[in-house]
Amino acid sequence: MSQADLTMQGHSTAAMAEPTFSVPAKKMAMWLFIIADTATFAGCLVAYGFIRNSTPDWPRPFHSITNVALMTLILLTSSLTMLIGVRSAQKGDKAGAFRWTMITAVAGILFAILHIREWMGMIGEGATLFHNPWGTPLFGSLFFSITGLHLLHVTGGVIALVAVGLRYKAGRYRADDLEITGLYWHFVDLVWMFVVPLVYLLNLAH
Amino acid sequence: MTTAMTTDEAHKNTGMGKDLVVYLCMLALAAIQFVIAYQDISASQMFGRMLSVAVVEAGLALLFFMHLSENRGLMWFVLIFTVSVVLGMQYGWTDSFRILGGVPWAK
Repeated sequence: MSQADLTMQGHSTAAMAEPTFSVPAKKMAMWLFIIADTATFAGCLVAYGFIRNSTPDWPRPFHSITNVALMTLILLTSSLTMLIGVRSAQKGDKAGAFRWTMITAVAGILFAILHIREWMGMIGEGATLFHNPWGTPLFGSLFFSITGLHLLHVTGGVIALVAVGLRYKAGRYRADDLEITGLYWHFVDLVWMFVVPLVYLLNLAH
Repeated sequence: MTTAMTTDEAHKNTGMGKDLVVYLCMLALAAIQFVIAYQDISASQMFGRMLSVAVVEAGLALLFFMHLSENRGLMWFVLIFTVSVVLGMQYGWTDSFRILGGVPWAK
């Protein structure tokens, strides 16, 4: 091996050793997933916005904000409990980290139950993916698609929280892994901040 | 690597006080969105106000809950990439409507 080869190898090793933006590879992968998922949700919400604007008889079927307000409170609070869990893990408090992670998962389950209860109410009133009693069928399609996509993310998040939490408790995962799962959970919360005003509050019956 | 370690140390040393303040701010912003929903204003005004509040809320979550404030390089990467994609979609969607309305067989 020549001196030039050795020098090049040294350079490439140094380049490989330095993580992008000083972020570990697993965390960077989660950030890239979050960016890609942001594009997915942005696509759905922007399409919803254009369709809503171009449809004159857009329905406003929501009479009460109690359920959606409660769901928002639960999801925001679950972000805080996730943060407490991650901080506990970083301090080495394994039991505390596991407990707060499971509390976050329970909050996620509660959110999903409230969400499904609301869906059942809507379906009971005659709204489906392709039909609704208030006007354009596009409302049902967009409402169930966007909230369904978010609910799918919450469900996936709950499964991830339980799986990572249990593995962390068993010593197979580290605090970093819990933090990466936490990033995903905060993202799910972040998306809800846009879904609530656009899908629910703008369609409130006055 | 040094920066990553510094970030970890920063996580460990920061108390819950700041997180709690950010959480309360986000709750207040969410409440403002609900108040806006009951204002007697046009749908476009309502949309603008609610979206502005949502952007501030999301910014708080990104900076403090997701710790982007501790890594400027990553923050700019996420911001520029995401904003470019969202703006690109705005162009794409409006253009798709133009195509739907403009083609000879549309009407």
